Amino acid sequence: MKISREDVLRVAQLAHLDLAPEEVETYRSQLDEILSYISKLQELDVSHIEPMTQMRPRNASSASAAGAEPELRDDVEVPCNVANAVLQEAPDAAKPFFRVPKVVER
Amino acid sequence: MSAARTWTIGSVRDALLAKKTSARELAKDFYARIERRNPELNAFLALCPERAYAQADRVDAAIAKGQPLPPLAGVPVAIKDVISTEGVRTTCGSKILETYTPPYDATAIERLEKAGAVILGKTNCDEFAMGSSNENSAYGPVRNPVAPDRVPGGSSGGSAAAVAAGLSVASLGTDTGGSIRQPGAYCGIPALMPTYGRVSRYGLIAFASSLDRIGPFTTTITDAATVMSIIAGHDSNDSTSAAVSVPDYLAEIEKPVTGLRIGVPEDYFGAGLDPEVKAKVQAGIALLEQLGCKLVPLKMPHTDYAIATYYIVATAEASSNLARYDGVRYGLRVHGNTLMEMYRKTRERGFGPEVKRRIMLGTYALSSGYYDAYYLRAQKVRSLIACDFADAFEKVDAILTPTAPTPAFKLGEKTADPLEMYLADIYTVTGSLAGVPGISVPCGETAAGLPIGMQIFARHFGEGRILQLARAFEKAGGFSI
Repeated sequence: MKISREDVLRVAQLAHLDLAPEEVETYRSQLDEILSYISKLQELDVSHIEPMTQMRPRNASSASAAGAEPELRDDVEVPCNVANAVLQEAPDAAKPFFRVPKVVER
Repeated sequence: MSAARTWTIGSVRDALLAKKTSARELAKDFYARIERRNPELNAFLALCPERAYAQADRVDAAIAKGQPLPPLAGVPVAIKDVISTEGVRTTCGSKILETYTPPYDATAIERLEKAGAVILGKTNCDEFAMGSSNENSAYGPVRNPVAPDRVPGGSSGGSAAAVAAGLSVASLGTDTGGSIRQPGAYCGIPALMPTYGRVSRYGLIAFASSLDRIGPFTTTITDAATVMSIIAGHDSNDSTSAAVSVPDYLAEIEKPVTGLRIGVPEDYFGAGLDPEVKAKVQAGIALLEQLGCKLVPLKMPHTDYAIATYYIVATAEASSNLARYDGVRYGLRVHGNTLMEMYRKTRERGFGPEVKRRIMLGTYALSSGYYDAYYLRAQKVRSLIACDFADAFEKVDAILTPTAPTPAFKLGEKTADPLEMYLADIYTVTGSLAGVPGISVPCGETAAGLPIGMQIFARHFGEGRILQLARAFEKAGGFSI
């Protein structure tokens, strides 16, 4: 067993997910099965391998064909008058703010 | 089944120019088809007739004035519901966005409409594009138009079903681990995942940012090339879109394929591959050999680790991307006495089981004490998988594999076992992790009449090469081999 009931509750708390009591065991056993499968990654020796941290082509030939150097754009101001449209979608707006339950006690 | 697919981009254009129909009549005809078939298929979640008819009328006015027509003038298209459309509800197949209407259009949408396309509506999909069968939609599953007791594939099941059933001429889907190619295979139509960075994702609601891509479903390769020529290219609103020039795909696809080197990796033909799928894909490869391609046996030794790698990388990114759904700024809010309680209740009620499962898996993989063992290791194995492709493309011009290990499975068949569902993506996730483009093309059907897909990969920004091979295959009758 890779993952315990406590692990599931801890992860759910980190992810801000409320779980119903009956869901905890379902997720535990499913995550356990998935993590057991994923443990096959331990078979490989990756000690000298760099992690893949960007998506640009790896080999030189396609990299040059692809103009792989990242392009920097000019730092130009553009107007962004979307506040009203955005607040229209808010569940509880008090323009120009989003209203939420009180987070600071006096 | 294919009798419904009566239109292509080219035939729409011809009919409009010959005044055999108008863009408005055509849109009306497609809405009538949707009205007939959608109650059974559940391919569309929302229709936008006002927007569609306004666009159709603009096209008709241009025709009346004898103005030159843009490439997609009057072509009815459908859009996966993870792509933002201004003023048209966009739910991602989730309850958490049930009432969400984006205040802007995605770049891909803007480009389609500028090219004259008529957007009919938004298509059903797995919740936040997480799934391989479309059964994870909060709005019910989509049925496969070829065999309604079976899934259309996922996550872009609605977009695939819409085109396969003739409810739109083309559609946009998104592919993170196979979500364009696998439903394309299951529904029997061409389905292209472009190179990472080839198509702007501005306005695409994020699932896994190092993997997500937008691409087309069509009924012909020429149509796929036409749509690509519209949506491909750099966009200053998406810093991950590549500043790489877009070739003339319509010219590329008619080039001869003689002498092209085709890699056939043995790792994609092993245990778990349905014998009927195997036989057809092998016949498809033999057909390309007859057309003058040179076959090169390949080994891509890290293929078997791709699913495990993918389900760490994709879920880690998803857990981060989906943190934004907190009930504060848009979408669902469930009342709580504290901010934390509001977050938790909103997310508990708004997300479905697969999304929660993936958020938890991703959170676990990134959490303190597990990061090195899972996420970092997966990113390293991802490098190995990308090297498999880079090495292969030193020797070959394209790689041919099956798209999926089986044809479309029955609704409900895999819902109880998430891991078994994940394995439906075993041949598609590799290319997703490596960032290369891939297409699924129809490659005959099983004895029971279920479509089979053959996958073609090429190197980064090699969409022209993929479409060229796919077009040669189509012309030689490969689709019904």
